[in-house]
This record gives sequence, structure tokens and C-alpha cells, in this order.
Amino acid sequence: MKNKAIVCRCEDITLEDVEKAIDEGYTDLEELRKKLRIGMGPCQGRVCIQIIMKILEKKTGKKVSRRDLPTSRPPIVPVSLGTLASDEK
Amino acid sequence: MKSRADVVIVGGGVNGCGLAYNLAKRDMDVVVFERDYLTSGATGACGAGIRQQWSTRDNTLLAIDSVKIFEKLSKELGEDIDLRHGGYLIAIHDDKEMQQAEKNVEMQRSLGLKVDILNPQEINDVVPILDVKGMNAIGATFCPTDGHANPFKTTFAYANAAKRCGATIYTHTEVVGIKTQKKQVTEVVTNKGAVKTNIVINAAGVWSKDIAKMVGIKVPNVPIRKEIMVTERLEPMFEAMVISFKDGIYFSQQKEGQIIGGIPIPEQKVGYKTMPTVSFMQHMARVLTRYAPVLKHVNMLRHWTGFYDVTPDARPILGETKDVKGFIHCHGFSGHGFMLSPMVCKLLSDFIVDDKKSEVLESLSLDRFKDKRIEHEMSVVG
Ligand SMILES: Cc1cc2nc3c(=O)[nH]c(=O)nc-3n(C[C@H](O)[C@H](O)[C@H](O)COP(=O)(O)OP(=O)(O)OC[C@H]3O[C@@H](n4cnc5c(N)ncnc54)[C@H](O)[C@@H]3O)c2cc1C
Ligand code: FES
Repeated sequence: MKNKAIVCRCEDITLEDVEKAIDEGYTDLEELRKKLRIGMGPCQGRVCIQIIMKILEKKTGKKVSRRDLPTSRPPIVPVSLGTLASDEK
Repeated sequence: MKSRADVVIVGGGVNGCGLAYNLAKRDMDVVVFERDYLTSGATGACGAGIRQQWSTRDNTLLAIDSVKIFEKLSKELGEDIDLRHGGYLIAIHDDKEMQQAEKNVEMQRSLGLKVDILNPQEINDVVPILDVKGMNAIGATFCPTDGHANPFKTTFAYANAAKRCGATIYTHTEVVGIKTQKKQVTEVVTNKGAVKTNIVINAAGVWSKDIAKMVGIKVPNVPIRKEIMVTERLEPMFEAMVISFKDGIYFSQQKEGQIIGGIPIPEQKVGYKTMPTVSFMQHMARVLTRYAPVLKHVNMLRHWTGFYDVTPDARPILGETKDVKGFIHCHGFSGHGFMLSPMVCKLLSDFIVDDKKSEVLESLSLDRFKDKRIEHEMSVVG
């Protein structure tokens, strides 16, 4: 049971998935993100990225620099297309 | 770091990794240098679309042959690349577009492609959520064997398979110089060491211009900034990629359920600025909800920027020129380098390993701009 810990709730990714991907050589946060879709859910990684960063640091023994964190991508919080479309100026 | 290699590839995008696999499979000793992480270039920003409906014969042929390779790729590489044949539906808005479409379809059919011209009713049979009136469409072309695949998964799968065949991939390693002797490539220099080689492939995407400059070759490419967005995940609603050359919009629903799409905005400029803009979000939302009003309650989750590496005729630059032997071009994809990559990698590998030339490689050589032998690709979107 212990490896069934969910680390990314939005995309349903477990600790085991992350550790396996790191073992396979995906040792960049961005590569992990693109392989597993972690951080691509509605919360945009606010819940999971810090945790995954820690797992990566522990496994590789290398610090992840702030610069390597995924950039925040607008609109930051989900906004409906109707709202965006209606904002005529 | 290795001290020598048969071939050095600059760039760890879908083309760099695809070339590494194709060459390593044929027993070449291959080294790839990627200055950041794999897929950090345009491949990481890609819209994932695979289309065979082009206006030039070369692009159509390259795309048709690429689809044949894509269909076998998951099995060959041992990893799923999420290929799906949902088709591409290209909106036709007026008589002029209809004439061009008829011309394109005739040429595409002559190459064996299955493609049809749809009337407005048939548009809704393919994509029920479209408002044909709102789109101002009088028809559409549709090719059911077009589709999409996952560009990250494809690139990673190529890289893993290349490594299994003996290729060495150095990430976080930047190429800073290329040495030549008597117009022949001899060495590639990085910020972490140098590798002797007689062949270097320039697959550095939008930065290929800088790599070409290292051997004194000038290429006519310009970087054009593009924005693209993704919505939350939804139940499956449609499978086709919908595009319009007139409105510039393209969108499709991916395997996981999210809709991804892009559109050009007037502010879009030549250059490397990466900040996403509010005007993109507004313009995209307006046109998308005009095409598919039911989407107005759907949330946009994020949007990001990437670059098209655009050539004067919107077609890639491939192969070697006489100026420098051993310097192979593989860039200028002008926004469609993912879908063409399987065939491009194969043609270039056959050229490098067997010295095999082909009509397509000849016509996509950098020399075409000198001789003014250019035919512009009309069917560019986004
Ligand atoms: C928004 C957007 C949507 C798109 N949609 C589609 C689509 O639907 N279908 C499609 O087919 N195409 C699409 N494209 C185009 C497609 O993404 C690209 O043509 C393709 O990914 C190019 O791959 P590449 O490997 O040639 O280059 P890239 O992926 O750009 O890779 C080049 C690599 O070279 C590296 N590099 C650069 N300089 C150096 C150096 N000095 N040393 C070492 N490494 C270096 C970079 O870091 C980069 O990783 C889209 C592009 C964008 C931006
Ligand atoms: S928890 Fe990972 S994206 Fe939300």
C-alpha cells in the first residue's frame, strides 16, 4: 500500500509513478511534467510541484534551482471561455 | 564526454531525437547535444497535429509517408505515442478558398490520399459541436487519416530507443562552436567539452540560425512567436482537428479530454519574447466560442508561447550544401515540424548512411533560395 500515495491529485499520479520515471532517466522537473502531466491539472501544480521537487531532490541528490520550476502560465486560475470572450473593450 | 562520433546532432527536440534513433539503428555512433532538457524547444509547445492536406506536393508527400511511419512507431519504439486518427477538418469560407481547396484536393488525391469536400451538413456529421453559420463556412475539406499524437511521448520514445541502440544524449550541454577544415566539419565544441566528427546535423529549431552562423552559413529563417491554450478535461465530444486558414484558428480535443488550440493575434511579432498576452486569451475565446458556442462554459486552464521557425516559403530546409561538407540542415519547419519528422529523419538518415539523394531533399535544399526556385506553401495555420 505504501507506494499508492497520490502526489498529483489533479492528474492522479502516484509516488510510485514519479519514482519510476526518475529511475528511467526523467531527471528534469519539466521532463517529469511532460511525461506524467504532473502540474497540468486545474490547480496548475500548486498542490504537487513542491512535493515532486522534493522527491526529485531526494532521489538525485541534486538541488532543483528555482529557475527550473515550471513557469506560471496564465490565466493562473481557470476562467470560462464565455467570460474571456465577453470582455469586449 | 565522448571524444569522437560518426554524427553529432544539435538539438533534443522531436527531430534531433528522431534522427538519433534512425541513425543509431543503422549502427552509426551518434551524439546529441541539448542545451536544456529534451523537448524544451518548439516540440514542448507543439499543438500535436498531424496533417497531410497541404498545397505543395513536397509537403503532402512528406506528410503522407510520415503518417505511415507514425502508424508503426509505438510498436517499433516500444512506447505508446498516443497516435489517433481523428482527421483534420479544414473550413472553407468563400469561393476563392473553395477554388484553392479543389486544386489541393485534386493534387492530394493524385498522391493516393483519401480526402473529401464536405457540405455544411456533413461538417456537423463530423464535428457535431460546430456552428457552421457562426463559422461562416460554405464547406470544408476532410481527411480521416489525419490526426494527432503526443509530441513529448514521441520525443522521449525516440530518445530512449536511440539510447538502446547506442546513441549518447547529453542534456544541459550547449554547442558553442563548430570547427571546419577545408570546408569540411571536423569538430563540435560545447560548454562542457568537444567531440571530433565529420558530420553535424543542425536540428536546433528556431536557434538553427545561430548554429549555421558557426560555420559561416546564413539561413533566411525568422522566429515568429505563437500562443496556444488548453482547457480543462471534458467528456469526448469530437475527434477531428478543426482549422481555418482565414481565421487562423486550430483546435482539437486530446486523448485525455482537454481541448488545445491556437490562433494568431495582430500583436504577434518576429522575435523571441515569450510572455503570453491577454489579447490572445480574449481573441482565442471569441473565435472558439463562435465556432463552437457550447464551449462557452468550459474553462481555459493555461496558455503558453512557442516559436515557429519560419522560412520564406514556409517549407523546411533540409540536407547538405556545397559550402560546408558534413553540415546537414534540418530546420525551418514553419510550424509543422512534428508531423513531418518521421519522414524527414528517415530521408536525412538515408542520405547520411547511404549517400542516398531524393527528389524531396533536392527541392528542400537551402540552395532553392539562391536560384529563386521557390513555391510557397499556402496551407499554414496558427
Ligand atoms: C504553438 C505551436 C504549435 C505547433 N503546432 C504544431 C502542430 O500541430 N503540428 C506540427 O507538426 N507542428 C507544430 N508546431 C511546430 C513543431 O512544434 C516544430 O516544428 C517541431 O517541434 C520542431 O522540432 P525540432 O526538433 O526541429 O526543434 P525544437 O523542438 O525547437 O528543438 C530544438 C532544440 O535545440 C536546442 N538547442 C538550441 N540551440 C542549441 C545549442 N546551441 N546547443 C544545444 N542545443 C541547442 C533547443 O534547446 C531545443 O530543445 C507547433 C509549434 C508551436 C510553437
Ligand atoms: S495536483 Fe498536480 S496539477 Fe493539481
